[in-house]
Formats: sequence, structure tokens, C-alpha cells
Amino acid sequence: MSDFVAEVQRLRARYPQGRSAVMGALRLAQERHGGWLPPEALREVADAMELTPAHVQAVATFYDMYNLEPVGRHIVEVCTNLSCALVGAKQVVDAFEEQLGIPPGETSDDGEVTLRLVECAGGCGYAPVVIVDGRYREPTKAEDVPGIVEELRGG
Amino acid sequence: MAELTVLTGADERDLTRLDEYRAIGGYGALERVRGMTPADVIEQISDASLRGRGGAGFPMGRKLSLVPGPGKRPGPAYVVANADESEPGAFKDREIMRLVPHRFIEGCLIAAHAIQSTNVFIYIRGEYLAEYLVLDAAVEEARAAGVLGDVDVLVHRGAGAYICGEESALLESLEGSRGQPRPRPPFPPVAGLYMQPTLINNVQTIASVPAIIEMGVDRYKELGVESAPGTVVYSLSGNVNRPGNYELPLGTTLRELIFEHGHGVADGRALKAVIPGGSSVPIFTHDQLDVQLDFDAVQAAGSYLGSAAVIVVDDRACMVQLAVRAEKFYMHESCGKCTPCREGTRWLVQLLEKIEAGEGTQADLELVVEVCDRIEGKSLCALGDFAVWCVGSYVEKFRDEFQAHIDLGRCPFGGESSIEDVPAPSDQHTHTAMAEVPA
Repeated sequence: MSDFVAEVQRLRARYPQGRSAVMGALRLAQERHGGWLPPEALREVADAMELTPAHVQAVATFYDMYNLEPVGRHIVEVCTNLSCALVGAKQVVDAFEEQLGIPPGETSDDGEVTLRLVECAGGCGYAPVVIVDGRYREPTKAEDVPGIVEELRGG
Repeated sequence: MAELTVLTGADERDLTRLDEYRAIGGYGALERVRGMTPADVIEQISDASLRGRGGAGFPMGRKLSLVPGPGKRPGPAYVVANADESEPGAFKDREIMRLVPHRFIEGCLIAAHAIQSTNVFIYIRGEYLAEYLVLDAAVEEARAAGVLGDVDVLVHRGAGAYICGEESALLESLEGSRGQPRPRPPFPPVAGLYMQPTLINNVQTIASVPAIIEMGVDRYKELGVESAPGTVVYSLSGNVNRPGNYELPLGTTLRELIFEHGHGVADGRALKAVIPGGSSVPIFTHDQLDVQLDFDAVQAAGSYLGSAAVIVVDDRACMVQLAVRAEKFYMHESCGKCTPCREGTRWLVQLLEKIEAGEGTQADLELVVEVCDRIEGKSLCALGDFAVWCVGSYVEKFRDEFQAHIDLGRCPFGGESSIEDVPAPSDQHTHTAMAEVPA
């Protein structure tokens, strides 16, 4: 049994009904495949979960945090929902676009950084909210952006 | 300073640690409850009139009493804590889990005792990684110390979907499916997780329970208002000098929250509007500051307390642009199951964008109102309602501003609005074919 399958079995055993583990299994698969879910990853999850590939794909396509396309080594997410918008999220997005040379939704040519917009991240009181590789940076002002990008390029 | 019931002690101690939480009497309420009959526990929570803090304000005691006892149910019953906080403007459950995870866990265990369940599931939104790590560590510390008893507590991570904060969608998601709402009835206390009786409550509601047991019902009811006793953590954001979470008695006025605790509107600007309960509820105008923030008072004033997330909007923001941005959120988050919500939100975005661009006609503005009417109350869950309460109220209360866009053939802010051209995730790409509003 592969490490992945063994890990998924442990996850399944924690729930009264094993299929509840599909979200955790998809997260594990994404981590093992460089941050996204290529078709073979969905098949691995389906096999380990004993679910149909169609069901696994249906779940994977429903949630925003499963990446169905390749992503950069780092992911920068900018919240632009109301509270962030009111205090300058647009300027933060513009600063990232300028520094990275890509519009939101794309990955830099060197494959280092994916920039994307997200809906309310739950940091409204510390807006504008930027999430770098899952870690919240609150608040992030437009003038903080060059430093963040330099850090990512260097690290 | 007013008495706290949820974040109590977190400003002085590191309550993520079990020993620190125990040092202030933590898990004492659980110990007392375990010596009580389940019926007595339910009675205390009912007597305290604890109303759900997740949005609907439903009495927790009533939910508890709707769960059939062990002899009257086909299998086990479950406790599910809704930690999928994602209402725009709300960031309080996050703070509760980060600062007082053990108080939240204690509340979960008390609820489990009350419905005689041995399984607690905490569904935390996927983005809350730091909070997940704190909470999971607290669960493991409590488990190792034998605090959980015969109850298993499992922290389940979501993966990014606003709709999963809706209880029936959350249950679908937790069962391993797409997070789409279920038709009701049956309601979760009758048939919830795996179709078994399930108590599902918001983080803050559950974290309020230990204080009721510790303080006693009478003292708890001295806080807040008669129809909604206790405290609530208000999330304050937007154009305000000191945004943040403020735990205060229910019934605190908007004026006190914004001007005393939040130190007023930022940058010396004038207040234009306030959203009192997260982006989904009807907006208030600047002359409604004396509304008390409790469930009944806000409703009497024409809106909802919702998740007590207060968003302050100053006079630099164009209301049509605010409507576009709000509606793009609901379009993005509509799960797609019900046609009025799935298609209607797309229509609204297109119509509002057209008006903002100065290309809208009188008929387009009328159509916005009409489409709102055709979405509201016509979908399985409340997301469709949320998608029209916000925009509908902006049109109703700021009609002149919408009208000016049509009369002038351009945005009256002339490019100077504070939220000019703010992009949304739905602008990046579209996964599904868009329904076009017929010309």
C-alpha cells in the first residue's frame, strides 16, 4: 500500500462513513502533486476512496481551494470583497500586477508566483487582506507589495 | 468595561493552553453539566434564551429539544459546529477559535452531553489554516488530558465555498459531496448528518454556553436585552478608524459601536451607509445610527442582525459600484442548484454593470427590481434572498444615485469613487456558460 493510500485509509477510518474523507484526500493529493490536481491525482483519490472518478471530480470542481490547473511555487491571494474594497484592495491588486507583470488569475512566466483574487477571507477588520501560501498578511497596503514580492522571489 | 462571556480572559492569558484555561475555571462548566441530566442542561440553555449567533437567531434550547433522545432515534445523534465563517464582514468565529479554543470545545462537549451524543464534528473553513492548527492542537491537548471523555471530536477542513456556511450544504459537504443545500423539511435535528438527528450551531453560539452554566441563567440574562440576552462579538470593518472585533452586550447601538468603540468614520469623512449584519442584509442609511443591534430591533428597523458584522461605508463610495461588487460575490458563490439564484445573480450583475457604465435605461433599473423579486423566496436556501436583500436595499435607499447614472449617462462620481473598478474573482475567468440578459 502506498503512503498516500495508507494516509487516506487512516482519514476514512476517522468518520462514521468513510466518504466524508474525500475533501481531506483531495487536499493530500494536491499537496503531493505540486499544489494542483492533475487528472491522475483525481483517479488516485477515487481509487483510494473507492468512489467513482465522476464523484471525485464533481467534488473537486465545486470548491475554490482545489486547483485544477498548475499553480506557481507561491500563491498570492488578494481579497477584494466589500470591506477590503472600501479600504484600498484595488490598489493592492494593481501593485501586485505591476510587480509580477501578470493579471490576477495567472502565473508568472518563471512559474514562481500565481496571483489571484479571492472572495471574503474573513479578515475584514484588518483589511486589505492578502494571503501568501495560506498565511494571512493583514493588513497589506499597496506600499507593502514590493517587499512581499521580493521576499517570494528570493525565498 | 462590560462583562464578557465568550472572549473572557483572553486579553490576560494564553487560553489556547489547557492549563491556562483551567486556571480561570475552564472546563468547570462541563464538569458540572456531566453531573446533570441532559434534560436539565437543555432547560438551562432554553431558560437563558440563547439565540443562534450564526445569522438566523434561532433559540439553541429549542434546537436541542428537537433532537430525539436515544430511545427515540434510529441510530446515533451528532453535534456539528459550524465554523465555516464566510459572511463578508464577519471575522469573529476566527478570533474565538484562535483565542479561546478550549471554551468553544467545552461548549461542544456540553452540547454533546445535552443530546447524548459521542461525536462532535467541527467544520472549519479551509482558508482558516492558522485557526485550524490552534483548534486541532487544543482538541488533542484536551483528548490527551481525558477531558473529552467518551466523546470524539473531529476538526474537518472545508475547501473554499461560502454556501457551506448554510447548514444543509455544510452537512452535504461533510458527507463528502458537493456542498449544495437540501430541501427542508426534514430539518437537521430530525435528519441531519448521515440522515441522523443532528444539532448544528455556530461557533459563537456554542462558545456562549459555558458562561451560561458558570454564571447561572439569572446573571447571564442581566446582559443584553430581554429578547436576546448575553453578549455578542461584533465585527466592525470598512471606513472606520478602529476596525476590529468588539464583544459587547446585545442591544448596543450602532452609534456606540461605530463612534465609541470604532472611534468614528475614517479620514474625517461623512457616514453614508452601514451594513448591520454582513453583506447579505439590507443596508441602513446614516440616519439609522440609533438602532440597537439585537435580533428584534434590527429586524424592526428593516434589516437583520445576521452575523453582527457591521460594515461602515463613507461618502466616497458609489452605491452602484458597491452593488456590482456585492452581487458578483453572490453570483460566484451561488451553488447552481436553483435556477432563480444561479441565473438571476448573473442577470443582476450584467444589469448593474450596464447602469454603472452609463448605458443603463429606465427599463434596466426596473428590471433590477423585478429580477430581485423573482429570486427572493424562490430557492432552496437563503443565498438567493441574500443576493437580493443587499442590492434591492441599495436601490431602494439610494434610488437617486442609481437614477443619476441613467440620467447623466455616466457614473456621477466621475472616476473618483473609492471602489472604482475594484476587481472580483469572477472577473478572472468563468467556468460556466453565462446567461445573457436578452437585449
